[in-house]
Amino acid sequence: MFWRMIIKTLIRQKSKMLMIAFTVVLGVSLSTAMMNVMLGVGDKVNRELKVYGANITVRHKDAALMSDLYGLEGQGVNDKFLYEDDVLKLKSIFWGFNILDFSPMLEGKALMNGVDVGIIGTWPEKHVVLPTGEELNTGLKALRTWWEVSGEWLGESDDKSVMIGHILASQNKINVGSKITLNSETFTVKGIFNDGGNFDNKILMTLPTAQKLLNLPGKISSIEVSALTTPDNDLARKAAQDPRSLSPDEYETWYCTAYVSAICHQIQEVIRDGVAKPVRQVAESEGTILNKTTLLMVLITILSSIGSALAISNLITASVIERSQELGLLKALGAYNWQIVLLVLAEVMITGLAGGIIGYFMGIGFAQIIGQTVFGSYIEIARMVILIVAVILFFVTLIGSIPAIRYLTALRPTEVLHGK
Amino acid sequence: MKILELKNVSKIYGNLKALADINLSVNAGDWLSIMGPSGSGKTTMINIIGCMDTPSTGSVILDGTDISRENSVNLTRIRRDKIGLIFQQFHLISYLTAVENVMVAQYYHSMPDEEEAMEALAKVGLADRARHLPAQLSGGEQQRVCIARALINSPQILLGDEPTGNLDEENESIVVDIFRRLHDEGVTIIIVTHDPEVGDVAQRKIILEHGRVVDDIDQSATFGEALKLKGKS
Ligand SMILES: Nc1ncnc2c1ncn2[C@@H]1O[C@H](COP(=O)(O)OP(=O)(O)OP(=O)(O)O)[C@@H](O)[C@H]1O
Ligand SMILES: [Mg+2]
Repeated sequence: MFWRMIIKTLIRQKSKMLMIAFTVVLGVSLSTAMMNVMLGVGDKVNRELKVYGANITVRHKDAALMSDLYGLEGQGVNDKFLYEDDVLKLKSIFWGFNILDFSPMLEGKALMNGVDVGIIGTWPEKHVVLPTGEELNTGLKALRTWWEVSGEWLGESDDKSVMIGHILASQNKINVGSKITLNSETFTVKGIFNDGGNFDNKILMTLPTAQKLLNLPGKISSIEVSALTTPDNDLARKAAQDPRSLSPDEYETWYCTAYVSAICHQIQEVIRDGVAKPVRQVAESEGTILNKTTLLMVLITILSSIGSALAISNLITASVIERSQELGLLKALGAYNWQIVLLVLAEVMITGLAGGIIGYFMGIGFAQIIGQTVFGSYIEIARMVILIVAVILFFVTLIGSIPAIRYLTALRPTEVLHGK
Repeated sequence: MKILELKNVSKIYGNLKALADINLSVNAGDWLSIMGPSGSGKTTMINIIGCMDTPSTGSVILDGTDISRENSVNLTRIRRDKIGLIFQQFHLISYLTAVENVMVAQYYHSMPDEEEAMEALAKVGLADRARHLPAQLSGGEQQRVCIARALINSPQILLGDEPTGNLDEENESIVVDIFRRLHDEGVTIIIVTHDPEVGDVAQRKIILEHGRVVDDIDQSATFGEALKLKGKS
């Protein structure tokens, strides 16, 4: 009987119920889209920002100290090195999965036409096989996606070729295909790159070549690492100053969250003599942008919820007032207040549920559209959003129903049944 | 046996006494009519007896329970167990069929039982109209659905506030005929009416004026006869 009444009222009140459903569709689709984007965007923004460079640099602890104290960089300052065999250990840390790309760097000087020039040995491209059997491709090319290169990138074992910074190239009138001599060894220039930074007057070569040229087998001066990180919060900032100041519980939370500081800490645990430092500017702007987007999305979700609650409240109240005779009659026939309230709530909830389901799928669509247009990629659908949206929807319809419920409980059958 | 007793019942709206110090007792199985000019307090009285309103002062004993001080939840429970209501405007739910309208009363009382609801409709001569919507029924038929609905939970008292007010002569006599049968079955009937003929068929007639009982007429002598005149049998 209950359902028969509900179904028949729903059919009879279809225009109002459609309006309610429509309101819910709008609200839910907006919230779903916003939340999926919000949750998906952490990764997206990070991947976007990744193109601006490695966000963690690992150096020998003495070199790091010197550069912190005197602002000095590179070789000549220090003759302490890291070990090339440690590099792959990066992927073995707790957050190894978040380490996207990495490349060892060996910096030094070599003589070209009687002048000292900066050379850098690196993995231009590298196919690595981890001890776990996992295989991946990484290298500097993945870390320098913004480079404009005329000619070609170095290959993994291009030991007879080099790439050269465009400033150094134009100073020495070097073109792609030219031969240059470094410490009496001859190389072919395979490409000329524009870095927009301090690489532009240096020569890039494979790591083995540089190690041979500098006579530093197995040594590297630094590692550039690109990692997916969680924006810093207070805990992360506290930990960044000194992990030992954390309580065991805080330490656990921090260690198991992909904060930049936690990842750095873990890198230092595996790289002998290494000090890992986030490239501060990038790491921080990531956090700020994320926090701002998150805030905006939360705000939109809240506003759309309030809007829906108001609209629903108007519609339900109107529907209940319109039916006050009928509902008063049910009371006269012996229905308790809660039974009438249940009846009306069930109607609204069913309508809300229908609207919610449609809205959810539309929202997922919107999220993908936003993902495609803003971030140029697919947005991962977070299951959690279903739960959050359902809870919000439930409370929004419940709160929206409050005025109608108050009207219903105050409704006296005598007032509506004896009217002429 | 007394089924209903009003003791010094008053209902006061501001400085208006809709009911002023009413004393009345009704025996189980009685058929009462309440008459009086407009505004004399008839509806007010029916509402109080029907547990839809409470008196300002005085007490109302319904089947041994004082309902004048009960809370609304208890009043609802007493109403659905003991009272059957009929209204002048019928008040059927427009989107439910005749039988479904009867079943609504069952639903809020205990359990809907379609068979029983059909029987109740058959009793008021509407077996073949059970699947019609109210809009497809005549006024008289609608009121008979209301009576079936009022009776479905076997109430002790049937209350009607001008149940024949919107009916023509013919339908009026059909309804009165149903009342007569109910009376024979032992249902207590209290009917508010403006129609002297309907008032006359009762065993007892109460006249209200300005919220007071001004006359209490025993019609048991003429009861059977008036019924014959009015009834179809
Ligand atoms: N809720 C209320 N608030 C104020 N006054 C009321 C209220 N209900 C009824 N009254 C007043 O109480 C008096 C009795 O009203 P009631 O409805 O009982 O009259 P009635 O005898 O049923 O009249 P009618 O024959 O026109 O239906 C009237 O003067 C009416 O105006
Ligand atoms: Mg009246």
